[in-house]
Amino acid sequence: MSSRGLFARVALVLGLVFLYVPILSMIVFSFNNSRLVTVWDAAHSPTFKWYRTLVGNEQILGAAWLSIRIAVISATAAVVLGTLAGMALARFGPFRGRLLLAGMTTAPIVMPEVITGLSLLLLFVAMGQLIGWPRGVGAITITLAHITFCMAYVTVVVQSRLAGFDESLEEAAMDLGARPLTVFARITLPLILPAIASGWLLAFTLSWDDLVITQFVAGPGSSTLPMIIFSKVRFGVTPDINALATIMILIVATGIAISTVWMRYRERRRERDLQLAAAANL
Amino acid sequence: MVRLTQSAGRRLVAGIPLLWLLLLFLVPFLIVFRISFSEVRLAIPPYTPLITWHQGTPTLAVHTSAYSFLFTDPLYISSYLYSLKVAAVSTLCCLLIGYPMAYAIARARPANRAVLLMLIVLPFWTSFLLRVYAWIGLLKNNGVINNVLLHLGVIHQPLTLLQTDFAVYIGIVYSYLPFMILPLYTNLEKHDPTLLEAAADLGARPLRAFLAVTLPQSLPGILAGSLLVFIPAVGEYVIPTLLGRTDQLMIGRVLSDEFFENRDWPVASAVAILALLLLVVPIILFQRLERRELETGS
Repeated sequence: MSSRGLFARVALVLGLVFLYVPILSMIVFSFNNSRLVTVWDAAHSPTFKWYRTLVGNEQILGAAWLSIRIAVISATAAVVLGTLAGMALARFGPFRGRLLLAGMTTAPIVMPEVITGLSLLLLFVAMGQLIGWPRGVGAITITLAHITFCMAYVTVVVQSRLAGFDESLEEAAMDLGARPLTVFARITLPLILPAIASGWLLAFTLSWDDLVITQFVAGPGSSTLPMIIFSKVRFGVTPDINALATIMILIVATGIAISTVWMRYRERRRERDLQLAAAANL
Repeated sequence: MVRLTQSAGRRLVAGIPLLWLLLLFLVPFLIVFRISFSEVRLAIPPYTPLITWHQGTPTLAVHTSAYSFLFTDPLYISSYLYSLKVAAVSTLCCLLIGYPMAYAIARARPANRAVLLMLIVLPFWTSFLLRVYAWIGLLKNNGVINNVLLHLGVIHQPLTLLQTDFAVYIGIVYSYLPFMILPLYTNLEKHDPTLLEAAADLGARPLRAFLAVTLPQSLPGILAGSLLVFIPAVGEYVIPTLLGRTDQLMIGRVLSDEFFENRDWPVASAVAILALLLLVVPIILFQRLERRELETGS
């Protein structure tokens, strides 16, 4: 192996260690008895007491429930809007407003969140003044804000999936007399379904995790989970947050494991189908 | 008839997201722009109106006091410069760490690539806030890193790691590293290995072949990754608030404090507009790269 390859491999291993040490440290210290978080109390650990504290914390549970509801609605709406935008950008060729649409779907991805958050709140205030809706800020304004930045990511995912294969299938269906809606339902939708699924998951995660934009457009009584976590950790480390992190990591890891197994299964089934089809043609 | 409904359908497909983004992405910026040219007043909303009426005639009231305020108080200029510095250093560190990692993944056996990529992306699926928070526990005076170093006898007094520039660099590099690695990987994976073989056959040493062949070809990936890190890092709020210095704020924190603590909407808006002006060139550059990437179908 060349020295270049060796250097890159060592860098990869060290980089992965760098990425995972903080996560592992949270998991380990979630079982620590000491309040001091980073000092391991060997005599009384491991303990589940922070998990018990967490389960009894109404504030955290309530915020988590609000975050889940907002994330489900935002991700679903973002998938609908993002799929429409992705279709238009990938399939419609040049049209009026195309450059504008393309620009407005990529800009939110890099836009600093404080700027997006401020501008959205000022919009909601101005709308409230002008048309009397929304009345104040809360779960509704948070959801509207989340849909907006999530749909940008969905658009990119759907658009790149559509760009990955040509239009001949759709054109063939059209030539055979299928109406546009039928072509979409029978050809395009099944093809982009994986992109829609991963777009939904991405949007859900982004919404569930967002703090900065949410802080701007949230009101009293609409504290999401990241807002509660931030207000807790801003003034020092609290061990029950480690327990919360561990639970969230466990859920994500399980989800990824299930989806990996499912995709493997689907792929294997498709390969088998292809082999069967080839055999049938002989 | 089919043509007609088809074009109406198309208009709907493109029109709905366009309208949504116009209303919730573009119009808000215009409102920020407009409020940056007003003054604070004790009212709801807490800024002066753009048009005032004097005996039936409208007068345009444009105030530039928010901007002149930003340029007279050195606090603001220094936060802009500090934010640019922090973002630039962090981007460079991300590139230096991320490039070899992306290279190693692109050269790994195809079966291993998917697993390695998943390992890079996996932290991204867990809460960003919690991952930044984890570094408080590692960097504190009585935190894990200091404890280990003290135990090993490398140091005799705990190092001050938290609330330093170093902590902010660590936090940004840690959180944004996947955004650097992924575009670099997509680029490096497409390289033709026979070019390197040709360079070697012509007598180029590995380092020279890398500098002459691989590096220039990977420039689009480097640029895309760097912009994906640099632009949001300039406005970063969570990382400097949790890990950073208290005597030198970044611009995202300044904006948020102006809005929430001082309730000065015009100054907060002016801070946002100036930050956008600094970032407009990188953002346009990023959009062009992104569009080329999406439209060539890779």
